[in-house]
Amino acid sequence: MPNPIELVCPAGSLPALKTAVDHGADCVYLGFKDATNARNFTGLNFDPPQMREGVAYAHARGRKVLLALNTYPQTGNWPSWTQAIDRAAEFGIDALILADPGLMDYAARTHPQLRLHLSVQGSATSYEAINWYRERFGIQRAVLPRVLSMAQVGSVVANTPVEIEVFGFGGLCVMVEGRCALSAYATGESPNCNGACSPGKHVRWEDTPRGMETRLNGILIDRFADGERAGYPTLCKGRFEVNDETYYALEEPTSLNTLELLPELARIGIRAIKIEGRQRSPAYVAQVTKVWRAALDKLARGGAEAFSVLPAWMAELNKVSEGQSHTLGAYYRPWK
Amino acid sequence: MKLALGPLLYYWPRQSVLDFYADLAEAPVDSVYLGETVCSRRHELRLDDWLEVSKVLADAGKEVVVSTQGLIESESDLKVLRRIVRQSVDGAPGFRVEANDMGAVRLLAEAGARDWIAGPTLNIFNPATLQLMIDAGATRWAVAPEMSGAALAEVRAVLAAPVETEVFAYGRLPLAHSARCFTARHFNLQKDTCEFRCLSIMDGITLRTREGEPFLTLNGVQTQSARVHTLLGDLPAVRQAAEVLRISPQGADTRRIVELFRAVLDGAQAPAAALAASRELMVEAPCNGFWHGRAGVEQYVAA
Repeated sequence: MPNPIELVCPAGSLPALKTAVDHGADCVYLGFKDATNARNFTGLNFDPPQMREGVAYAHARGRKVLLALNTYPQTGNWPSWTQAIDRAAEFGIDALILADPGLMDYAARTHPQLRLHLSVQGSATSYEAINWYRERFGIQRAVLPRVLSMAQVGSVVANTPVEIEVFGFGGLCVMVEGRCALSAYATGESPNCNGACSPGKHVRWEDTPRGMETRLNGILIDRFADGERAGYPTLCKGRFEVNDETYYALEEPTSLNTLELLPELARIGIRAIKIEGRQRSPAYVAQVTKVWRAALDKLARGGAEAFSVLPAWMAELNKVSEGQSHTLGAYYRPWK
Repeated sequence: MKLALGPLLYYWPRQSVLDFYADLAEAPVDSVYLGETVCSRRHELRLDDWLEVSKVLADAGKEVVVSTQGLIESESDLKVLRRIVRQSVDGAPGFRVEANDMGAVRLLAEAGARDWIAGPTLNIFNPATLQLMIDAGATRWAVAPEMSGAALAEVRAVLAAPVETEVFAYGRLPLAHSARCFTARHFNLQKDTCEFRCLSIMDGITLRTREGEPFLTLNGVQTQSARVHTLLGDLPAVRQAAEVLRISPQGADTRRIVELFRAVLDGAQAPAAALAASRELMVEAPCNGFWHGRAGVEQYVAA
């Protein structure tokens, strides 16, 4: 029997963390209230007392806590990131999720006992890249960008001793994570350096005679007719004109959902499934964690042959999906 | 101050590519980056063809660099990568490699290469990470376009020893990479059967907002800015912060752009005049926000 797949759930707040643990997450991942993580949004994340409480809550129930420090520090703000690493060690965090090699080097030298995971923001899509981080910093797990097909993921797993974690559900980055400066181009704030994509302070909603318009730093991202549900202006998920055709030129507002691929992911040796959504509510975390826990338990009990996706699971997940729809993303070749 | 011609980011017909480099061999550039960095399905020129081009350029006195693909997905991508690395170390003609992912960094280190270029997609934003690359054999740092001039100067100020630094100085900005091909998507095709529809689209396809404002450019799996990033007007400050300027090939008039940069660097033309002269050679309005620590789309003029 191979290792069971770990369920890694998002915790944007202490209530979300407790909810994830209560509903069966094996690990929760979280961040500090600053630019050291890729979900640097107002009202989100943990201050030090909250983090201590969260770690205690998870550890008392035998679950792990992973700290995302997955943005790229610059010269002047470097100490904020190294202090965050020092605090993580002090708080008993089970692993750090890092993207920046310089920070990995710091963590490996200063806290050699700390387990290191390579963040999806590290953009490592091949075993050669992952093995470089392994050799240099001793990473034990890598989170793959959402760009590879199943066969390509299988090839990565087969050629590295590093545990592989993939995204299973949630908001879908259509670009290679860590390689996207679209938000920086439009707003000056990027996932890489500011931990934010299409940040709220640049968003404007305007009710106009032409319909509800959503803008990002003044740039029109989409326009909605009466009766259309106006979504958040994430800039890769707006409607644009290309050669006089108006459509979702990059991606529709949709979520990734790989539930039906679970047996195959288990077969190729995936070690953990990540649920996206630290910016989402505890209710979202409860719903998604519950369904994925049930699915993983069913897989563990009955094996891949007996596994089937219950229609009720998909219905529950679609309720909390962006745009109420889902995709297999790059796992499904025609998506590309 | 050196001028470098960046890798060709578009998919041009074979003869257009050969003509382009024959022309640029005569232009006042010091380094030329070759190779396919965007999409492994593009094959008008294979690695052997690029090596042929490299001979022409080397004979013209240019330094040749071969750039590796930004997004490595498959075993066949890795095979190409290994060949580039092997050829750079053992082959004739020799060339330096621009590493555009950490897999390339690992292979270069393994092959004992000690003179490679840390590419703009490696996400080097601080001295600690840059030092790791230098220790691994990088001798030039091509800065990520989103990094500001001030941030870049801060990194250089605290480095143990200086490293040659290259700034993206001209062209539509390479902003993002995906597994999805947006050109194929535009033509309602799947990537696996894309019919190579990006071929001959010399500057990519402009994406506009629903108000008709040019915003981005679709170039296969790559998304670029619609506007043309140019530091021509900022050269007095830029030359204090970098040793190499990268000019990204465009469908027409790349050589004239190179000549304008050279003229400003040689003091033969004023930056503002050169910027004005370049305007009619640009496929879209200019921008320079990234250099000034602002939104990249902005055209910032200091008061």
